[in-house]
Amino acid sequence: MKITVERADLLKSLSHVHRVVERRNTIPILANVLLRAKAAELSLKATDLDLEVIETVAAEVNPGGATTVPAHMFYEIVRKLPEGAQIVLESSGDRAAMSIRAGRSKFSLQTLPESDFPDLAAGELTHKFTLGAADLKRLIDKTQFAISTEETRYYLNGIYLHAVTAGNRLMLRAVATDGHRLAQFELAAPAGADGMPSVIVPRKTVGEVQRLIDDSKGEITIELSQSKIRLTLDGVVLTSKLIDGTFPDYTRVIPLGNDKLLEVDKKDFEQAVDRVSTVASERGRAVKFALSAGRLVLSVTNPDSGSATEELEVGYDADPLDIGFNSRYLLDIAAQLEGDTAILKLADPGSPTLLSDKEAKGALYVLMPMRV
Amino acid sequence: MASFCRDCLADALERSPRCAGCGSPRIARHGELAQMAIAHVDCDAFYAAIEKRDDPSLADKPVIVGGGHRGVVMTACYIARTFGVKSAMPMFEARRLCPHAHVIKPDMAKYARVGREVRAMMGDLTPQVEPLSIDEAFLDLTGTERLHGMMPAKTLARFAKRIESELGITVSIGLSQNKFLAKIASDLDKPRGFSMLALSEAPAFLAPRPATFIWGVGKAMGAELARAGFRTIRDLQRADEAELMRRFGTDGLRLARLSRGIDTRAVDPDRETKSVSAETTFSADIADFRTLERRLWELCEKVSGRLKAKELAGATVTLKLKSADFRLRTRARSLAAPTQLAAKIFDAGRELLARETGATLFRLIGVGVSALAPAQDADPADLVDHRGRRSAAAEHAVDRLRERFGQSAVVRGIVLEEE
Repeated sequence: MKITVERADLLKSLSHVHRVVERRNTIPILANVLLRAKAAELSLKATDLDLEVIETVAAEVNPGGATTVPAHMFYEIVRKLPEGAQIVLESSGDRAAMSIRAGRSKFSLQTLPESDFPDLAAGELTHKFTLGAADLKRLIDKTQFAISTEETRYYLNGIYLHAVTAGNRLMLRAVATDGHRLAQFELAAPAGADGMPSVIVPRKTVGEVQRLIDDSKGEITIELSQSKIRLTLDGVVLTSKLIDGTFPDYTRVIPLGNDKLLEVDKKDFEQAVDRVSTVASERGRAVKFALSAGRLVLSVTNPDSGSATEELEVGYDADPLDIGFNSRYLLDIAAQLEGDTAILKLADPGSPTLLSDKEAKGALYVLMPMRV
Repeated sequence: MASFCRDCLADALERSPRCAGCGSPRIARHGELAQMAIAHVDCDAFYAAIEKRDDPSLADKPVIVGGGHRGVVMTACYIARTFGVKSAMPMFEARRLCPHAHVIKPDMAKYARVGREVRAMMGDLTPQVEPLSIDEAFLDLTGTERLHGMMPAKTLARFAKRIESELGITVSIGLSQNKFLAKIASDLDKPRGFSMLALSEAPAFLAPRPATFIWGVGKAMGAELARAGFRTIRDLQRADEAELMRRFGTDGLRLARLSRGIDTRAVDPDRETKSVSAETTFSADIADFRTLERRLWELCEKVSGRLKAKELAGATVTLKLKSADFRLRTRARSLAAPTQLAAKIFDAGRELLARETGATLFRLIGVGVSALAPAQDADPADLVDHRGRRSAAAEHAVDRLRERFGQSAVVRGIVLEEE
């Protein structure tokens, strides 16, 4: 195998695929990236057995071939080579090594046979649709923060992606919750999403997809089955296992009947919460809301450090109410609200509160209050 | 040189080996007697002493308090110790060394009661009491001379006498100007001891001892120090403080200070509990998951009870297993929120246990919670776990039943042996 490739192209692809490779690996081949060269193309593939990324870059290939090299070390080498360099990768079947040459630099990396490299057999992917990068990014951004890290409830360790009929329109909906807060975002379902399986996309996959689409403006093809998801964009194919579990019936906890309506300027609200929560400890002490006609008083009392109070003029004409929220959770949600005005629908100090944008539709947040 | 009789508290004559008043040979004598106010009080062979007190026929016999044939020695009385029996020694070994010992199963409730009585008497001396365990505490008697009408050393001697006459057990007292030295001192003259180690004597006293003698220097740190050429405390004393800090960071500063007997930690009555745990050693090794699970549940209930009593909750559950070949495994898991509930501790512990069980035989299982938080933050309402709220309510109901009708009034099905 002999390949000549632009450093910039190789580096960009490697920066995507090497992240999939776990730093500590008990199975040696999983620490490697698979290089496969044929017909003016070099494809790079990495996997952790749950998630697999394949990226293809243009290259001069003569002759073709395949091998595997340690992913992180290969990435580091390419990263440190001078900008604009032409990199020549060369390996022969009889020696377990691949040489990397660029200018006056020469490296030799030990290889493992490509035949040992595992394949995340996707099986048949039953559903297929396309989504604009911006739409997919919003689906992720609006919900990702609420994903649980708790291992015991592993079925909460991802985003629940499913199709629902709301009104008489089919929507593609993403939901994440850790039991303290819940985030839901939906958009009109693209053609092909009808009848798709409801799936839980794992946290790590969500993070990788988010990075991949960060600077993408194109369309992303999503293919699904009960157990796998595949996303294809800009020469990258990401295939991931899904979380094998049942996402709880979240619709039961969305308190649509809350009748105490609070309208508040989003920016003022976010800044006020941020300011008063300065005195809360890092564990997330409660921000207390004291609501009365037209007035919201936010306060935090931390017996170890001090207290803070701020008053806001708000739209509120229900009965006075005192309720507390975890300051960090409140800030996470405030950061996702988009319009000028935020809407909170409250019931009582012990029941979940509903948060949303007044203008922008599609996003819905539920927050469990704290005892204050 | 200041001196007084530990039995009648009268000032003793210079260099006289016995008290002029009562004839006792127990004279406390030290040049800096009046300057030392930090004490470490340690009950002598606490559990065994209580058992001997309650059964005078055991007074002159070796007594071991510990669990079954397979457990470990919790406390050995001083007679048993002459046969080589030590705390934490496996029971079978203790029996081999001292076959005629009276082995008594521990009655923790009784010991805890006596421990509280001792604690209360300490509280009569000073509010600055920092308990280390059920039978051990640091006391700071600084500024109590006017209150008690005597210097701290005498107040402590009187306290030791009071414990003997009212509770029928004995204590050893170490007195110094700081906690590190007080703790060392209490070990020097046991049982029924009273020993003083002044800051001025500390460097010479510590110098010949190994570096591992220093509190907080274990095997690993000791080996690291030895590699760097610090084998004895004298080696550390010779090194420059800045040099030790350069080599060992903040540990270096601690080493430099402690090696010279300097310890600035205050006696802290509110020292926080960092974790709450319980463990048990089996009478026969167990590999079976179901059996281990049952023992785990019992421990979870114990831990939960302790959390509830201390008004604490924990957000990290740690499972501890010791295999038949004495290898220790600990596995931890973080919860979404702090909990006090046995059921939640058990859920997490059980999952960790399931991964560890197979063919391996285990001799010990333990469970603990850390990342503690106040009880008011425990078990917040959860958006998706409705079952959790109900099982929490059930557990609190069981707690109330047990308060009224006793611990065995309600038990969970899991503790009942299968046919």
